[in-house]
Amino acid sequence: MTATAGTESDTTSDGMKLTLKIWRQANPETPGAMHTFHLEGVSPDMSFLEMLDVLNEQLNAEGEEPIAFDSDCREGICGMCGLMINGQAHGPEVTTTCQLHMRTFSDGDEITIEPWRADAFPVLKDLCVDRSSFDRIIQQGGYVSVNTGSAPEAHSIQVPKDAADRAFDVATCIGCGACVAACPNGSASLFMGAKITHLGELPQGQAERDARVVNMVGQHDHEGFGGCTNIGECTAACPKEIPLDVISQLNKDLRTAMRHGH
Amino acid sequence: MTEFTSDVDSHPDSPGQDSDDAVGYYVPGEPIADTKAPGGPISERWNTRKFEARLVNPANRRKLSVIMVGTGLAGASAAATLGEAGYVVKSFCYQDSPRRAHSIAAQGGINAAKNYKEDGDSVHRLFYDTVKGGDYRSRESNVYRLAEVSTNIIDQCVAQGVPFAREYGGLLDNRSFGGVQVSRTFYARGQTGQQLLIGAYQALERQVNAGTVTTYTRHEMLELIVVDGKARGIIARDMVTGEIETHLADVVVLASGGYGNVFYLSTNAMGCNVTATWRAHRKGAYMANPCYTQIHPTCIPVSGTHQSKLTLMSESLRNDGRIWVPKNKADCTKDPRDIPEEDRDYYLERIYPSFGNLVPRDIASRQAKNMCDEGRGVGPEVEGVRRGVYLDFADAIGRLGRDAVEDKYGNLFDMYARITGEDPYQVPMRIYPAVHYVMGGLWVDYDLQSTIPGLFVTGEANFSDHGANRLGASALMQGLADGYFVLPHTIRDYLADGPFEAVDPSHPAVVEARRSVEDRIEHFMTVQGTRSVDSYHRELGNIMWEYCGMERTEDGLKKAIDLIRGLRDDFWRNVKVLGSAATLNQSLEKAGRVADFFELGELMCIDALNRRESCGGHFRGESQTEDGEALRHDDQFAYVAAWEFAMDEGLGAQKPVLHKEDLTYTAIEMKQRSYK
Ligand SMILES: Cc1cc2nc3c(=O)[nH]c(=O)nc-3n(C[C@H](O)[C@H](O)[C@H](O)COP(=O)(O)OP(=O)(O)OC[C@H]3O[C@@H](n4cnc5c(N)ncnc54)[C@H](O)[C@@H]3O)c2cc1C
Ligand code: SF4
Ligand code: FES
Repeated sequence: MTATAGTESDTTSDGMKLTLKIWRQANPETPGAMHTFHLEGVSPDMSFLEMLDVLNEQLNAEGEEPIAFDSDCREGICGMCGLMINGQAHGPEVTTTCQLHMRTFSDGDEITIEPWRADAFPVLKDLCVDRSSFDRIIQQGGYVSVNTGSAPEAHSIQVPKDAADRAFDVATCIGCGACVAACPNGSASLFMGAKITHLGELPQGQAERDARVVNMVGQHDHEGFGGCTNIGECTAACPKEIPLDVISQLNKDLRTAMRHGH
Repeated sequence: MTEFTSDVDSHPDSPGQDSDDAVGYYVPGEPIADTKAPGGPISERWNTRKFEARLVNPANRRKLSVIMVGTGLAGASAAATLGEAGYVVKSFCYQDSPRRAHSIAAQGGINAAKNYKEDGDSVHRLFYDTVKGGDYRSRESNVYRLAEVSTNIIDQCVAQGVPFAREYGGLLDNRSFGGVQVSRTFYARGQTGQQLLIGAYQALERQVNAGTVTTYTRHEMLELIVVDGKARGIIARDMVTGEIETHLADVVVLASGGYGNVFYLSTNAMGCNVTATWRAHRKGAYMANPCYTQIHPTCIPVSGTHQSKLTLMSESLRNDGRIWVPKNKADCTKDPRDIPEEDRDYYLERIYPSFGNLVPRDIASRQAKNMCDEGRGVGPEVEGVRRGVYLDFADAIGRLGRDAVEDKYGNLFDMYARITGEDPYQVPMRIYPAVHYVMGGLWVDYDLQSTIPGLFVTGEANFSDHGANRLGASALMQGLADGYFVLPHTIRDYLADGPFEAVDPSHPAVVEARRSVEDRIEHFMTVQGTRSVDSYHRELGNIMWEYCGMERTEDGLKKAIDLIRGLRDDFWRNVKVLGSAATLNQSLEKAGRVADFFELGELMCIDALNRRESCGGHFRGESQTEDGEALRHDDQFAYVAAWEFAMDEGLGAQKPVLHKEDLTYTAIEMKQRSYK
């Protein structure tokens, strides 16, 4: 970040030249491969995904099918985007792919772009993967069982501010899957730990605490995610800075549940 | 639903209206009324309706099926609640997970009349603020109900584990939001929408586990199926395999969000679209007040033609920032720090000395545009114009110290720095207005049922609660009110007629719906023209922004309609969609959405043309006071404009039928607003 005034971005019309090596794959069945593209006139003010938009416009004009990649909010909150950029999940900064800007890169750079790689996230096409395994983990207990209309008055539940803040901090997980993509074992422990900790910090989450952790972990393993060996790549890649200690919490809750006979 | 259609073509008699700029662009129809809202005292109406709405025997619920399009606050909450009640629910969204619906991006908070602060808030006050905020263009019965159920929303969300901000005593915290005088906004730091949506999403996934709800992600609804006058299903495309699927049910609910992306650039997510509601509109559902859009004054400006979306920054910034542009055009390219005080025009402080930088959203937005149109905008030049004004914190930093400013606005400053690469502690921020929300949407009655029986519409997709302008923190409230507490009661009155006769997939109406979807896709895949979908979308957006944005005039709107029609024809002939329809194909997805945006844009301009008054966020050039302020005309325009789709074959364009729903207020008195 610099202190320059906005007026300087006037001079970006010539822009950066980049060499892009991008994974292309027609569908889940067909094997993919890396392809090389050259792109000029990239403005440092573009987001990474806007740079890909420009490439796609160029490909379309040349008669080549645009590259498929996911995004929706482009504000770093929906969790839809996610690319391996030069081997790093979401690229070199602690943020989502959509919030990464081209000023992080330099003229002449070569950038490698791949989809998330994990057994539990099959590639659908080009840079898009299937993360529905995350939803299935949540289905196994990532909630509080309370039907609409049966809730007590909100102020009848008091939550100490510390617990509420901690619950909030870990509830900010956007379900992007970067933790899985960054993990050499392809484990989703950080994602799962964030949910276990969010609900475990709150009085509302206590009744189902044991069953929740047991069932979610069961689904996690069933989906083909790997086990956690405490490497810590997940938390380094996480755009929401979910801390590693949610995994300790997960393991602790799991042990407690087992002790309780689950 | 064509029973109201009138074939009268000239209409000198638009009742009550002095003039009608839209003569020739539409056909006047019979008035329309909401027949479902009970009479009686306003505070009793919802109870009455809940009581009168028939019940469905729990044993019968398993025989009744609901299609829910959308998994935002409005859709996920309703799908979960109907699943809990025992109905068979199919839930659709275009993202890869229900949790990613656009509601996730809402920052500020959610209103509820809890009166936890004992500051004089009440259901009536929230009702009053919302009707007044909507500039007396919403329906009073609906708004009252919204205020009434708002308190239940907070209870429900807390029970689900939504981590709202709390005070040290462990109780919920509130803040004041959007210029109201009470603190009734509940929030979860700057991520309220995310936390509320995750609560609703988890409730939804719980029902998936329970077997009552089936989710269809990466599925896009492309057509509504209407059989014997009733909504009975949808045609959807599996966005991964390209397969066209028929889904049949007893009732269809659209919770598909807003259409702000008709402007191309907006704060909406990339995929937000009008397709679901527009296809329903084409099948007979009336579209109400389509021209009512909300423009937010404090967004990060466009940095180049590559811009794909805009980012909102909290309006609270205007509490301490001072807005200005250079007095002289020649200074617009200078480093703002080198422009001396006497060469700066703090135009809001100059024009509105009593409100200054805190004038309402629409005024702040409009004046920013005026300054840039005059050639005094700052920042990068995009397509020949600099669209940005300074929001300067130098005085605030001088007065309060950098730490205090950082405390209050640190996260916003960081976000700004990340996107623009500039340090707002050192150089003034640049801001510009952007489209952010649409108040218009499908017309619904008090039951949230559209003019097609069996088609219900909730959340931003309907028109009902916000009139001509929405108060901050009220969209989240409406989405959850509709989904958790309103729709589940009103839909049962419709479902009580069931079990319904099953529709055969070979029914001509189903076959026709499917074929029209297939034909459209086939067309896009075979045109093989020269222009990308995005290039058309961007051009449409420019037209809409220029002529149907903050300030509208008769001439401008007429010009826009011509431009849109020309561009649309070119689009159908010359668009270029590569790849195959049998795989994931994002250009194809966008082509379908843009095709519908063209038709919507045309209708928005016709609606705006008809409404020759300035109200809510809309300034009609022809309707202003002597000193250039907005002038509303209650004697002529206190109605909901409900449009029925119709084509004029000769013209090859829409010629919709206008049905007016008169707005009457029994519990509140209409007043003109004043901010000088
Ligand atoms: C940046 C931003 C900040 C905001 N902040 C606030 C705030 O602080 N407070 C407030 O009250 N409001 C705020 N709003 C407004 C509010 O967020 C929205 O109005 C509200 O969330 C809309 O909810 P919804 O459920 O109606 O629709 P959405 O959340 O938009 O959901 C639409 C759903 O429909 C699905 N869908 C759409 N089309 C199709 C189709 N054709 N086929 C299949 N599925 C489809 C989508 O997949 C999605 O699941 C903000 C809006 C923005 C843009
Ligand atoms: S824990 Fe972090 S990296 Fe993993 S899904 Fe959540 S936000 Fe993404
Ligand atoms: S697109 Fe939503 S987080 Fe990146």
